[in-house]
Amino acid sequence: MVSALTLSSAVVSSERLDAVLMESFVDNGQATMERLQQDPVQQACHQSRTEPPDAAVAATLRQQRLDAVVFPADGNFLGDWQRGAAVADNGRGLQSSDDPAQPNGGNCYACHQLAPDEVAYGTLGPSLTGYGARGQSEPMLRYTWTKLWDTHAYNLCSHMPRFGAQGILTQQQLKDIMAFLLDPASPVNQGLR
Amino acid sequence: MTRTWVWLIAMLAMPALSGDGIFDEYRDLMGDDNPAIFVIDEGEALWFEPQGPLAVSLEGCDLGLGAGVTEGAYALFPRYFEDTNTVMDVESRLLHCMETLQGRDREALLKKPYSLRGDLGTELEALVTWLAAESEGAIIAPQQAHSSERAMYSLGEEIFFYRAGPHDFSCATCHEQSNMRIRLQTLPNLTDHDDAAATLGSWPAYRISEGLVRTMGWRLQDCFRQQRWPGLKLGSEVSIALQTYMAVNAAGGVMAAPGLKR
Repeated sequence: MVSALTLSSAVVSSERLDAVLMESFVDNGQATMERLQQDPVQQACHQSRTEPPDAAVAATLRQQRLDAVVFPADGNFLGDWQRGAAVADNGRGLQSSDDPAQPNGGNCYACHQLAPDEVAYGTLGPSLTGYGARGQSEPMLRYTWTKLWDTHAYNLCSHMPRFGAQGILTQQQLKDIMAFLLDPASPVNQGLR
Repeated sequence: MTRTWVWLIAMLAMPALSGDGIFDEYRDLMGDDNPAIFVIDEGEALWFEPQGPLAVSLEGCDLGLGAGVTEGAYALFPRYFEDTNTVMDVESRLLHCMETLQGRDREALLKKPYSLRGDLGTELEALVTWLAAESEGAIIAPQQAHSSERAMYSLGEEIFFYRAGPHDFSCATCHEQSNMRIRLQTLPNLTDHDDAAATLGSWPAYRISEGLVRTMGWRLQDCFRQQRWPGLKLGSEVSIALQTYMAVNAAGGVMAAPGLKR
């Protein structure tokens, strides 16, 4: 631990880091080398490690993310909660070992508690059990959609993936997740049976 | 045989237990036993077996403590080697010895270093398992005397926090916080000494769910698969840098490998 602290001050140049990454990885099915190139958000969040970047940079980046959010063209935010439950449960998608012809999952349970009778949930994110108690007002719908579409619009450098902005989930899948979170009939909002 | 037994236990235990429970129960049943003992024996036999075009054993291989010294060597990796002028992990050092001492073809050796599901284990996996067992009880003490070794630590730290890919994942996404779970799987905080020591000290490990011993090199490859990154090359700088970062964070811990994992 002491050695870790004393050594951590050494700096690795970005050129050196790029060269090492290019030498150390190879294309692996759909997981190709261009995935190692960082976009501005990834770069800012990497450089700042666990702390957000400085306030001005953070505000600019957040606003850019917010401006880029695409809302449902038909104005309808809510799909089918049963299909949403399946998306939340599915951990596959975009790995070299996954079939690109199959739909991607959201893998929500990896990090969040949702339906209270699913015990296999992770704890990296907050529990979302009972999320629908906050209702379905327009601000609530837009807030939740934005959070799913691009979490960095509100919480820069959050650990959560950008499910809409990065094309991980389709608009229909996001609507189904919305229903899973917000529909009063969804198990997320039922309490333990 | 072993796997049938595992699943039988798993199915019997499933309704009553959740999470790591079935694996904890399996570990309790095994006591000090570990199916990896067969892999250890296999690795030892392979070390002394004359192989390759030059038909020699690996007894001339210098793992850092002198030719043929295996006891305690694993716990000191990754480390700098003068003859290659690079920092190496145990897997790349073994490949180097197979190539230079036994005259074996590097490309052929790299064709399938790790088992696929359903395989019975590879030569590299067996050798690493035996070497880890030769360090049982040894203090984890990765070398940091040479400037290349210290540079490898800094590089590893940088890569640990590098966010990339469609999901924006870095190693830190899952491994910079304590007492967290992904689904039911407990995640070690690899920036923390105690967690890093417990992790480093228990790899390689017999994976109950796969019926195989897996090495740290394999573990890193599989992490990057889950990170949605491209394929990590065995013995690459990224692999050795991350192993150095973890090992230095774990320094002072005790080797208890091969471990027994879910």
